[in-house]
Amino acid sequence: MWRVGTVVALQDETTSARTLTLEVPDWPGHVAGQHVDVRLTAPDGYSAARSYSIASAPNSEKRLEITVERFPNGEVSPYLTQELVVRDQLELRGPIGGWFVWRPEQTEPIQLIAGGSGIVPLIAMIRSRASFGSSSPFRLLYSVREPAAVFYREELRTLADRSIVGITYAYTRAVPQDWPLPPGRINADLIANATWPSTLSPTCYICGPTSFVESAAEFLSRNGHNAQKIRTERFGPTGDRQ
Amino acid sequence: MAIISRGFSGRRGAGDAKLPPGQYITTDFPVLSAGPTPHVPFDQWEFAIDDGAHVLNRCNWKSFRDLPAERFTTDIHCVTRWSKLGTSWEGVSLDTMLADLNSDARYSMVHSYGGYTTNVPLEDLKNRRAWVAFRFDGQDLAPEHGGPARLLVPHLYFWKSAKWVQGMTLMPQNKPGFWEANGYHIYGDPWREQRYSGE
Repeated sequence: MWRVGTVVALQDETTSARTLTLEVPDWPGHVAGQHVDVRLTAPDGYSAARSYSIASAPNSEKRLEITVERFPNGEVSPYLTQELVVRDQLELRGPIGGWFVWRPEQTEPIQLIAGGSGIVPLIAMIRSRASFGSSSPFRLLYSVREPAAVFYREELRTLADRSIVGITYAYTRAVPQDWPLPPGRINADLIANATWPSTLSPTCYICGPTSFVESAAEFLSRNGHNAQKIRTERFGPTGDRQ
Repeated sequence: MAIISRGFSGRRGAGDAKLPPGQYITTDFPVLSAGPTPHVPFDQWEFAIDDGAHVLNRCNWKSFRDLPAERFTTDIHCVTRWSKLGTSWEGVSLDTMLADLNSDARYSMVHSYGGYTTNVPLEDLKNRRAWVAFRFDGQDLAPEHGGPARLLVPHLYFWKSAKWVQGMTLMPQNKPGFWEANGYHIYGDPWREQRYSGE
């Protein structure tokens, strides 16, 4: 069943990513980590749909945020990030997915690991933890290409200041001034220092490009985390997620 | 009635007749998995078919590879909307693996190293429509794509083609596997766009 959502706000996160706030009067509610299908239809009836992770925490306002990263040759993401204006309408189906989710009744420590736009379903979990007043200990390892590629920068700082989540950034191409480490891909040391030890039995959520998720999951496994406690969501170069 | 997206024209793909509704063509091979990739050495690999009480058939890598294999080319359709046309594989037909088994079961639960499960009606595994595949594009199947061996049921959405297959349980009645219990359709026919549960 397709529902109609009206764009009520647009905000750029980076030069290539934009957050869409949609008002969906019959939205049934969702759980942090779920995604939604978005469908565009041309005047002659041709349509194209893609899945996007939901960025907003569950709320009672029938509002939904998704953050879309533009793929230069994508079919849907350039429209959503460049053409769409406030008051436009979109068709939505969802929420979808029951595995890569965090529910407020979970009390165990939570380890979040994001690569690039893989932060989107994870920010929904952090926002959900904050809005439900959960005391589950959250940590986030957020790997980005460069400082300017960070989504939700100010909000993450505030959430860290409020001790909602402990955050470690990692940079693969360019680091901030005076950063103690050179840029590079995540490695065993970084994972060991920036994540909960396996002895705390955290549930781990990893989201990002395939190669990033593969290596992060592999490091966690080697550090003794049970495979059943590692949940992953991957997108390939043409996955067109986010 | 669809909402018209002002200024949207889209990228209309070629070969639309081979593309199920709502899908688009990709030329690379995205990976989607719910957890870490299991690494199963060939000498520890095993595939067993049981009926819930007894093992009916078991093979190791050598006896599996001694079975007659075939090469085939097929289109694959992922529920996340990408389709890849004309992919070439090598594998053992499920007709071969299920031959001579005595069972009245109508359904199967396929299970994988790492704990993944998916349910498939037995009918859909017969008549040259399903394989246990061990090569893709002439190369041994990479672990992230399901190696040593994965199920291939290309006429259903690709989550039914379980990676890292370890065996299957024949069942008198249908029941949901991993994704089927997590919001996805119990059968998953791409041509009828059976993506999510309740459709």
